[in-house]
Amino acid sequence: MKVAVIRFPGSNCDQDAYHALRSDVGIGAEYVWHQDRSLDGFDAVFVPGGFSYGDYLRCGAIASEAPIMEAVEQFAQDGRPVIGVCNGFQILCERGLLPGALMLNVERKFLCQNVELEAATKRCLWTAGVDRVISIPIAHGEGRYICDDETLKRLNGEDLVAFRYVNGNPNGSTDRIAGVINGRGNVLGLMPHPERATRANLGGTDGMLILKALTLIETSSR
Amino acid sequence: MPKVYVFVTLKPSLLDSAGRTVADSLNSLGYNEVAGARIGKLIELEIDNPSEERIKQMCDRLLANPVIEDYRFEVVG
Repeated sequence: MKVAVIRFPGSNCDQDAYHALRSDVGIGAEYVWHQDRSLDGFDAVFVPGGFSYGDYLRCGAIASEAPIMEAVEQFAQDGRPVIGVCNGFQILCERGLLPGALMLNVERKFLCQNVELEAATKRCLWTAGVDRVISIPIAHGEGRYICDDETLKRLNGEDLVAFRYVNGNPNGSTDRIAGVINGRGNVLGLMPHPERATRANLGGTDGMLILKALTLIETSSR
Repeated sequence: MPKVYVFVTLKPSLLDSAGRTVADSLNSLGYNEVAGARIGKLIELEIDNPSEERIKQMCDRLLANPVIEDYRFEVVG
């Protein structure tokens, strides 16, 4: 089992993801540079947080057109697991792999704090292990999830909301949405950082309940 | 070389929290006639032989996000 951790210029949660996956989840992980074009030999993709391309133009916009993203799109369309966290979520939305967009927090502050989340769907691997309210950190200035009414109806009707904030809505997201999945449920994007909550000495281990889904995936590694 | 001015604006239905800050700030400077502000972007492109179709592609693909933004452009020169 080997996860591709995609690195863009300006990614800054790539090392957190890499070490959380290897040391805490106990699976393989390798960095993949944004200029690469192949994901051969990988079983899952982790698009990490940060400020890819300095957030120029819009968060995630330029990264969404990087060479590796064609392979990520194909990987996602093949039904294989892709997770995007924070800036990674923004990148997946900009690429059109997930519906909606992330905008400036409603109170305009950069938010760096633990939040409480509930799994809003049971129909994907990512939330299968989340059987209670979990507490994991957010760290973003632009995490207000936005979509139009028609998309919101579809998200709720087709059970595509993965996570909702509970006991508050820190960034003012539509319908308290913290994370969404695609129609097949293999692609997850979320603003909170599970990879920052994998050890007690980091403040908690609830992120493991999401990331351990990766241990259940059938591998194609040779 | 001809210039293309691309104006990208937030969709009117969306709350512009940065724009609200600007309006609040103008009000606190005493410009109480300001009831609202919205912030957009002006992107100035230099293009030899600009093609409207290709500019539209650039806007749809990268310069604007259709989920949250509208755009228009002007070719000058």
